[in-house]
Amino acid sequence: MAKVLVVTSGKGGVGKTTSTAAIGAALAQRGEKVVVVDFDVGLRNLDLIMGAERRVVFDLINVAQGVAKLSQALIRDKRLESLWLLPASQTRDKDALTEEGVRDIIADLRTKFDWVICDSPAGIERGATLAMRYADEAIVVTNPEVSSVRDADRIIGMLDSKTVKAEAGEQVKKHVLITRYDTGRAARGEMLSIDDILEILAIPLLGIIPESQDVLRASNVGSPVTLNDAASMPARAYSDAARRLTGETVAMMVPAEPRRGFMDRLLGRRAA
Amino acid sequence: MSINLLQFLRRRTGSAPVARERLQILLAHERGLRSQPDLLGILREEILAVVSRHIELDPDKVVVRMDRGSSVSTLEVDIEIPNGVDKRLAAAS
Repeated sequence: MAKVLVVTSGKGGVGKTTSTAAIGAALAQRGEKVVVVDFDVGLRNLDLIMGAERRVVFDLINVAQGVAKLSQALIRDKRLESLWLLPASQTRDKDALTEEGVRDIIADLRTKFDWVICDSPAGIERGATLAMRYADEAIVVTNPEVSSVRDADRIIGMLDSKTVKAEAGEQVKKHVLITRYDTGRAARGEMLSIDDILEILAIPLLGIIPESQDVLRASNVGSPVTLNDAASMPARAYSDAARRLTGETVAMMVPAEPRRGFMDRLLGRRAA
Repeated sequence: MSINLLQFLRRRTGSAPVARERLQILLAHERGLRSQPDLLGILREEILAVVSRHIELDPDKVVVRMDRGSSVSTLEVDIEIPNGVDKRLAAAS
């Protein structure tokens, strides 16, 4: 049975698109048939992170409005054959999306894929509410920082009230994904700890993604971090998160503080 | 020197506990509000209705403000009354 998963956060810049691409690719690597759908109409970026920006012909809005068929708009990943992308429109605004249009597309995608992963735009307006509207499960992405945790809490409230599942008296299954986690800073009490965040948000933890240059490097070359360098710390954390989504029990890896040499400490250099 | 020492000590403790406490207080409050309609909006409308029964006033000149303290909260209602109504007010009383 297909699962519709929304990757959301409220706050911008916490890593929704990066996480969508990384988890989508990790699931596809495990043989699941995956489509990642960009809901950020007007500010699409998932195509860029996936390295498919030059292959976009039709988009979500074209399909919603009947201008193009779903099969024409879907872009197959060049590296993984079970990974597909449905890009957002770059030229239209968010009002071009209608609830009925999204409903029909999601229903269609459900018949073709194992996982439909919706990359939500930031904010709590139309684009974000439509991205979560038909979700079965949700990944709430947050950084260990007060404003993103507050916004995550707000989004959790919306998942519990504004989704089709919630309105039917059911629950969207929610997970929190903590990104840009810096163990050193958390240990020094400079940053909210994992326990702090879990206690405040009170939803299960899907994974902890360490702050890492590997994430930026992967986005620079247009490759999900799980494909670009599968052995890197963030890639391993994302792969573990993907395995947890499929129901596997995987021990939580808390990122270790990178070792710094004496000279680095002396010069105040930060580890890469 | 003493200030530097203070700063040094504060840095050792870290600001995360403050962040955590602020968040917990704020979210406890916001979660309560989520299910309720906009309290300030309702107060403003009802106060306006009562006052305008007796005095003509400009709805834009009514400001309702709330300040939440840890033990006491205040509700501040600021109504600007146009000149000339004070006579009617005096006559009424």
